[in-house]
Amino acid sequence: MWHFIFGNLTWAALPHEWFTIGGTAAMFLMAGAVVGWLTYARRWRWLWSEWLTSTDPKKIGVMYIIMASLMLFRGALDAAMIWLQQAMSVGASHGYLSADHFQQIFTAHGDIMVFFVTMGFLAGLLNIILPLQIGARDLAFPFLNSLGFWLYVAGAVFVNLFFVFGGEFAATGWLSLPPLSELAYSPGVGMDYWIWSLQISGLGSLIAGINFIVTILKMRAPGMTLMKMPMFVWSSLCSMVLVVSVFPILAVTIGLLWLDRFFGMHFFTSTGGGNPMMYVNLIWMWGHPEVYILVIPSFGIFSEVVSTFSQKKLFGYASQVAAAIGITLLAMLVWLHHFFTMGAGADVNAFFGIMTGVIAIPTGVQIFDWISTMYKGKIIFTQSLYWFLGFVATFTFGGVAGVLMSSPAADFQFHNSLFLVAHFHTMVIGGALFGIFSGLTYWFPKVTGFKLNERLGKTAFWFWLTGFFTAFVPLYILGFMGATRRLDHYTDPAWQPFFITAGIGLVIIAIGAAVQIAQLIVSIRQRRDNLDISGDPWNGRTLEWSTKSPPPFYNFAVIPEVKSRDAFWEMKQGGRPQPVYQDIELPKNTAMGIYVSAFVFLAGFGFVWHIIWLIVLGLGGAVTCVIIRALDEETEYTVTAAELASMENNHS
Amino acid sequence: MNEALPAIGFQRQERVAFGFWVYLMTDLISFAALFAAFSVLRGSTFGGPDGADLFNLPFVFAETMLLLVSSFTCGLAVLAAEQNKQPRALIWLAVTFLLGGGFLALELNEFSRLVAEGNGPQRSAFLSAFFALVGTHGLHIAVGLLWMAVVALVIWRRGLSSKNFSNLLRLGLFWHFLDIVWIFIFTIVYLMGVL
Ligand code: HEM
Ligand SMILES: [Cu+2]
Repeated sequence: MWHFIFGNLTWAALPHEWFTIGGTAAMFLMAGAVVGWLTYARRWRWLWSEWLTSTDPKKIGVMYIIMASLMLFRGALDAAMIWLQQAMSVGASHGYLSADHFQQIFTAHGDIMVFFVTMGFLAGLLNIILPLQIGARDLAFPFLNSLGFWLYVAGAVFVNLFFVFGGEFAATGWLSLPPLSELAYSPGVGMDYWIWSLQISGLGSLIAGINFIVTILKMRAPGMTLMKMPMFVWSSLCSMVLVVSVFPILAVTIGLLWLDRFFGMHFFTSTGGGNPMMYVNLIWMWGHPEVYILVIPSFGIFSEVVSTFSQKKLFGYASQVAAAIGITLLAMLVWLHHFFTMGAGADVNAFFGIMTGVIAIPTGVQIFDWISTMYKGKIIFTQSLYWFLGFVATFTFGGVAGVLMSSPAADFQFHNSLFLVAHFHTMVIGGALFGIFSGLTYWFPKVTGFKLNERLGKTAFWFWLTGFFTAFVPLYILGFMGATRRLDHYTDPAWQPFFITAGIGLVIIAIGAAVQIAQLIVSIRQRRDNLDISGDPWNGRTLEWSTKSPPPFYNFAVIPEVKSRDAFWEMKQGGRPQPVYQDIELPKNTAMGIYVSAFVFLAGFGFVWHIIWLIVLGLGGAVTCVIIRALDEETEYTVTAAELASMENNHS
Repeated sequence: MNEALPAIGFQRQERVAFGFWVYLMTDLISFAALFAAFSVLRGSTFGGPDGADLFNLPFVFAETMLLLVSSFTCGLAVLAAEQNKQPRALIWLAVTFLLGGGFLALELNEFSRLVAEGNGPQRSAFLSAFFALVGTHGLHIAVGLLWMAVVALVIWRRGLSSKNFSNLLRLGLFWHFLDIVWIFIFTIVYLMGVL
């Protein structure tokens, strides 16, 4: 009877170790604080109808960014725990973590940073900026957009739920390679939490990818041909094409791993004829494109930022487009460089080695284009541009390290060393994350109506940059000294100073992050001094600056006509025509995304704990909700021309 | 849909159609990954039976015919709907549903026979890959049948509005897509397994 109702869940699954008790307590305290405030301030209805059920991409974007920031905090805590262990655990000392616990922490750290931080920030920025840049009022599928967000949230809950139920996360590394991740070696629920957090949030990403592609290709303002799209739109398109091309592979791969674990099948097991290397191939067919999914949108952000703050047209637009497309295609042809050591033979390794090295060419083209854009520009050194300059330094550094490893002969030395770890952190932090910061500071006034404090922003930047190099240059050196990745203990005392230096770097980065929080608070307090009345604080070039800050819920009262690449720049030179208002249709709010994702969450929980009735309930509920939604004929409402006109005239 | 804004309604349906195509491509990639896994593992029988021992070609041929004919009748349903002949469209949908249901029943029959003989998906990597690939297709068929039932119900209750018609069109696409995938399964899994 117990097993029928609760599956494998027992009292022993409840928190009883210091970190699960601590994690659970922290989560309950935070939830309690939020609930308390909402109740005290009587904000429940406001939260539900203005935010949670909203289909406005600007609001969904803000919710994504808030979630991603929270998860950044969570992932950074993991990083600090990893570092502290490594700084202590030399020779006779074994640090403060068990080997198993240490492994769970770096696994969670990697997954959180990739799936819930970087992907979350990107989805947020795309939601807010894309429709504005192409002159659209919403995304192609507003309900799917809301659903994608809520699936992302459900996935994020799954990576944290083990604190409350189960007490362990996967201890297998962020990609959970088999046979280690099979039932025989990872019998616990931690592995299943990993599977379902990625499966559910990955489904959200796939849905978002389809949505953005259709939006970009079908909803551009009249006159905006493909070659008139802003670079951020192009790079988002490339990134989303990669998403729809490879996220299905991820879904199948971890789906098969789940079949192995749940039904005792033999895809990747070490017995029964299974083939673990097939998993490694499949997961990297997704995994390498994934790192480009993370970084290509940042390239687009930099194109916007550099051209705006150089007050010049982007140099070599066509070559930028070609480079972005080239990177997209090449990204699908290099996955094997992650396991040259598999023994595929010299020919195969040579092919993938050369393709990998070739990616540096289009990347280099983009960097030269940005620098050429700045050349002879009237440069304004804002914080957004600072992030770009920092990116050039770090990304080139990390790119050269990548090219070094793209030679199979060399990579036999570097593979799975701390050199590799330093490489990809340079790319993901110095590339993707710096790009995100650049974009967040650049578009902040568009979203909120006031600018961020520049001085604190630049201070934060310098902490991040110096902290970054202090933290990761020692890792490159340790890699050369022979340190492999994921060590919870080492014997050579000569390594310790480098690990400690890396930790100092982490502290410097943390100070940078603290300054960013301070920057946000100070900017909100001083918002009256930094208001963006015109909607165009930076003398921008693209359409998002042509509407107010923050934009009205319908984005544009009249859809603009686009005549040139820098559409808004052109309008400013020419003067705008008198607006002629028409009735417009906008999507209604819907809570269905929340319901579907809640049911999917229940099904996932059932899968983790083998609770059959819950699986049936969850899947059945989700399907029923989708059908109900599909039958709903009234998903839109009309704003009449007269209402538009009065809203427009009231504001200005 | 707001009938006063036909242009907007049309644009919206075009978006949905395009989005559905993109979805179909993602699904195709999922199947490609499953086919790849099957091709890698087809020889890994781990001392157990292989395709030649297990598959009954005439039986599978019957399945195939059911599905192919159902694709044809599905096309007839769409044609009838296009000519606004609602009862005829519904009848063809019902026929399609029965044929699809028959296919699924045969597939489940094959699966249960294999399992009963001790050749379930746990027997070997080859059988895991077989069940996963064919089973995923079968799952899609089941979803398609559910969708078909809903579409038929909605057309019956609410008539052939342009929204319902475009929904039917997408169902048709989905159904033909599954047909094509099945042709590959028939060839790669069954024919090449037996020959
Ligand atoms: C110039 C372009 C690049 C080259 C030549 C390159 C090359 C490589 C190579 C050869 C490896 C595998 C090394 C090994 O495992 O032994 C690798 C790993 C990695 N790279 Fe890059 N890379 C490049 C750009 C990027 C970018 C842009 C990102 C992310 C934004 C990135 C993220 C990663 C990650 C996350 C890993 C390893 C993950 C793991 O093993 O867990 N790389 N890179
Ligand atoms: Cu790679």
